[in-house]
Amino acid sequence: MKVAYWPGCVSRGFTPELHGSMAALAPKLDLELVELDRANCCGAGVIAEHNQELVDTLNARTFAMAQGVEDAAGMMNICSTCQGAQSECQERLDATGEYRDGINSNLSGEGLRYERDGQWWNKNLLWLLVEEIGLDTVRERVVRPLEGLRIAPFYGCYIVRPTRRLGFADHPERDQYLDQLIEALGAEPVEYAGARKCCGFPVITMNRTTSLRQAGRHLADAIDAGADCLVTPCPLCHLNLDLQQPDAEKYVERNDLGIPVLHLPQMVGLALGLEPKELGMNKHVVSTKAVVEKLAAAPAAA
Amino acid sequence: MADYTLKIRRFNPESGEAAYWEDFGVDLPPERSVLDGILQAKDREDASIGIRCSCRAAICGSCGVKINGKSRLACNTKIGDAASQAASKNSGAVVVEPMGNMPVLKDLIVDMDAVHWKKVQRVVPWLLPEGPPPDREYVVPAEAMIDVTQSMACIHCGACVSACLSLEVDPGFIGPAALAKAYRFVGDPRDGATEERLRDLAEDPHGIYDCTHCFACIEVCPKDVAPMSQIMRLRRRATADYEIKDRNNGYGHEQAFTSLVEKYGTLFEAQLLPRSLGDGSLVKGQLSPSGAKQLIPTLPTAARGLKSGKVSPRKALTHPKLPDQKQVRRIFKEIESKDERLELNLYIVGEEGAEEEGMAEGGLEA
Repeated sequence: MKVAYWPGCVSRGFTPELHGSMAALAPKLDLELVELDRANCCGAGVIAEHNQELVDTLNARTFAMAQGVEDAAGMMNICSTCQGAQSECQERLDATGEYRDGINSNLSGEGLRYERDGQWWNKNLLWLLVEEIGLDTVRERVVRPLEGLRIAPFYGCYIVRPTRRLGFADHPERDQYLDQLIEALGAEPVEYAGARKCCGFPVITMNRTTSLRQAGRHLADAIDAGADCLVTPCPLCHLNLDLQQPDAEKYVERNDLGIPVLHLPQMVGLALGLEPKELGMNKHVVSTKAVVEKLAAAPAAA
Repeated sequence: MADYTLKIRRFNPESGEAAYWEDFGVDLPPERSVLDGILQAKDREDASIGIRCSCRAAICGSCGVKINGKSRLACNTKIGDAASQAASKNSGAVVVEPMGNMPVLKDLIVDMDAVHWKKVQRVVPWLLPEGPPPDREYVVPAEAMIDVTQSMACIHCGACVSACLSLEVDPGFIGPAALAKAYRFVGDPRDGATEERLRDLAEDPHGIYDCTHCFACIEVCPKDVAPMSQIMRLRRRATADYEIKDRNNGYGHEQAFTSLVEKYGTLFEAQLLPRSLGDGSLVKGQLSPSGAKQLIPTLPTAARGLKSGKVSPRKALTHPKLPDQKQVRRIFKEIESKDERLELNLYIVGEEGAEEEGMAEGGLEA
C-alpha cells in the first residue's frame, strides 16, 4: 500500500527513534511511504489557539500536498497530536463549501487546493494497521510473538476524543485498537486507570506541577497494574512519559518509577522481527533493556 | 421489556462504612433511561438509594452521574445502549457511579456547592457594564449574542467538571464549566471589564493556561457547550487582542510556537521552551531573571535528551527550514494582517447537508 506520509515535527526532532522505527517497519508491512517533506507543522492545537483561519490554511496545504501524491491510498501520520489537530481542521474544511473555498483561496498562489472527498482519509498508523492492513495480516507476519510481555496501552487524548470528530460513528472501536493490537502481537494488554487520560505534555511550560502529576500518576498506575512497559501512538506523550519520567517521580512521591515507554512502530517492529537497535530502542531515557531481555528469555518462535 | 442489572455505587456517610457496590435488577424497555432504571430500583427495592433528579428531560441538569465510567446525564442515556456498551465488561451490568472530582454526599449525589458552584462564582458570572445604564435597553448586535449562545447553553450538570483531567490532579483549576461561563461574559459587548477578566484568568496559575487540552469536557457535555473550545477562545482574546503577558508563560508559549513555525515551517523544539519563558523572545527567555530562574530546573531534562542520543548538539542549535518556507511565511503574513480573525463555529453554522436538529441550526445566514 502506498500512502502520503506526514511524520510530524517531533518524530524528526526530539524523538528521532520514532521516525527511524517507522522507516524500518514500513517494508515489513509492504507500506510505501511518500514523505511529505515540504509540509508544515500541524499547529498542535497551539496555532489553533492563536488563529483558526491560519491553522486551517496550514493544514489544508498539507492535505492538498497529500492529495497530490499519485496512487496513494490516503495520508498516514505517526503522531496522535497531528491526528487530532488535523482532524479538527478537516472537520471545519469539510463542513461548508463557502468556508473551504475561502481557505483554499489563501493557497491559490501556489495552485494548491484541498478537495472534500468522502473517500480520502488521514489516519494515524494505529488506525491504518487495524482498518487498512488488518489485524489478521499483522498476526500472520509476526515472527517474534511478544509472549510474556505485559504492555500498558497509552492512547492519550488526541486520538480518542472527541469521538464525533474522530470518526467513531463509522469505527466505534478506535479506542480499543491498541489493546487489540497488543493481543495480536502475542502480548498481554494491561488494564489500568490512565490508558485514555492526558499525559500532561500540553501544559509542561505553563504548569509543570499539573503536567508531571499527570504523567507520574499514569506511570505509577501502570507499574502497580504489573506492566512491563507502556506503548503510545503519540511522540508528545512519549516526551512527557519517557524524557520527563525521572522528574515526574518527584511530583507523585514515588521512587520506583522507571518503566520503559515504547513508540507504536517499535512494538510492532519487535514482533515483526526487527532488532531493538534498528528500532532506536537505545535512544530512550528510561532503558528498554528489561523489555528486550524478557523477550529474549521467552522461548523462540517457530 | 427487558431485564437489566444496574451496579450502583453506594455510600452513606452516616453509616461510618466504606463505599460499596450493589446490584439491582430492573425491567424496562431498552429506550427508557438509566434514570428510569434507578428510580425503579428505588421504588421497588430500596427507597434509600440517593439520586438527585427533577425534569427527566435533559433540561435541569440535576442527574449527572458516571455511567460505565463516562460522565453524563442519567435521564438522556438509554438503558439499552448503556447495557450493550457494558456487555463486554462487568458481565453486562450497567455501572452507575457518582460524578468525579467532587465529594460524594450520599450514593450518587455529589457536593456541587463545594466544587462546581464555587468555581462558577470565581469567574464573576454577571455583567459588569461600563458607565451609567442607557435610558432604554442595551442594544447589542445579533452576531455578538450568537457568539455567546454556545456558552449560554450550559445547564450546570457538572459532567465536564467530573470528567476534567486537569482537575483530577489540580483541584484548584477553575475548570471547564466556570471558564465556559467566563467566556459568556468576555464575549458580551455590554460588559465593561473584558480586559480585567482576561488578565485575571490568564495570571491565575489555575486559570486558562492550566487546561491540558484533553477534550474530555467536549466529549461529555450533553449540550455541546465545548468548554475547552471556549477556553481556547479566552486564550485567543487574551493574547491576540490584549497581549496579556501572563506569568504562566501562556502568552510566551503561543508566541514562541507560532513564530518558530512561521520562521522554519516545522517546530524548532530546542527553542520552544527558552522563547516561551521570554514572551516569545529567545534573548529575554535566557537572560531575564524570571526566564533564567525557570530555565535552570529544566537543564537536567535537556541533559537527558543529549545523553540518550535523542538530541544532538547540532539539533539543539540549528533547525532546517522547509524547502518552500516562503509559502508558509506568505500564508502567515497574509492571514495575520487581516483586520478580523475568521472563526467558523460548527455549533452555530452546522454542517452542510446535515439534518438541522435543535441546536445546530441557523447562523450562517446572518
